[in-house]
Amino acid sequence: MEPIGVSHFMVVGAIMFASGVVCMATKRNALGVLMGIELVLNGANVNFVAMSSEFLSSNSSRGLGLDGQFIALFVIVLAAAEAAVALAITLNFYNNHSTVDVDRADELKG
Amino acid sequence: MSWQTFLFLLYSAVACGFALLVVLSSNVVRMAFYLVVSLGATAGRFFLAGADFVGAMQLMIYVGGTLVLLVFGVMLTAQGPFVSMKTRGGDWILAALLAGSLLAFLAPAAFSVRDWTNAPEHAGEEHHASAAPQKSGARFQLTASIKDEATDDSKDEAADTAGMEDAETPESKDAEVEQVAAATPVQKDTATRLGMGLLGARVDQLEDRPEELKRGMSGYLLPFEIVSVHLLVVLVGAAYLARTKRRATS
Repeated sequence: MEPIGVSHFMVVGAIMFASGVVCMATKRNALGVLMGIELVLNGANVNFVAMSSEFLSSNSSRGLGLDGQFIALFVIVLAAAEAAVALAITLNFYNNHSTVDVDRADELKG
Repeated sequence: MSWQTFLFLLYSAVACGFALLVVLSSNVVRMAFYLVVSLGATAGRFFLAGADFVGAMQLMIYVGGTLVLLVFGVMLTAQGPFVSMKTRGGDWILAALLAGSLLAFLAPAAFSVRDWTNAPEHAGEEHHASAAPQKSGARFQLTASIKDEATDDSKDEAADTAGMEDAETPESKDAEVEQVAAATPVQKDTATRLGMGLLGARVDQLEDRPEELKRGMSGYLLPFEIVSVHLLVVLVGAAYLARTKRRATS
């Protein structure tokens, strides 16, 4: 087997990304949709970290350098903020409607 | 099989397998646990890629903070019919089509770029020589010359102590300070470089910083401040949204 490179990391990131997209699309529980968003953000983060690594590509001067790790840090922090707000909205929805089914949130439907 | 390959395959199998279990499970409590395991294995892969600080932050913020928040949300809302909600069959077919087309597009794209593979550029070339970046090559030369200097200093000191009862010369102290300052960015751990970059000083790009940015060196100080204020505003907004309300009519 050839040495592990950026491509292998990107394939794993793609699998996590696709899992997250399917999770967002199929779950009826609002918290399941939130978990799908976390998976998508992590799949993207894997790609950023792999592109910034010095050990994974034969010519690392063409990669992202340390910038990829900065972007990954910002993505982690923004995901934490997004999860806090989305959870607050979900709890509010649960308090008002006594359900977490996203199909029941159709009050804005014309 | 080298230990890097083994660890990569182990972490990848755990991360992908538990990500698929998150999708396929219909019990929201089990989904939360599977997500914890999947993101923990992702942190292990970050360590494997040499990003130790990002991996630690993934473990502390994501697994230790965000997912605990999600588990609290699950505990507050998982009652009766909401613990396990089935997905309709038609949704599964559409989602499988979507995931299949995404993977069929992304996986060949990942292997189609020459720079993203770790194979040696030429057949006869030594792998590690080609893997070493050019910038750090210059830094290694720098440390090597400083080490030579240090050994010269120690020789001088030995000569001094042997010949005269002279105290430590100020030049050797200066060289010591210089050596510490020059050796700091050469280390392979990324926490120091990331922290200096967040404060606006890119110590990892001292050689090739652009001319017009020489004074500030274009670090990540402004995005760091924006993210800080954003986090404060978001947490205040989340506390406002999630507070308990007394309904006026009921």
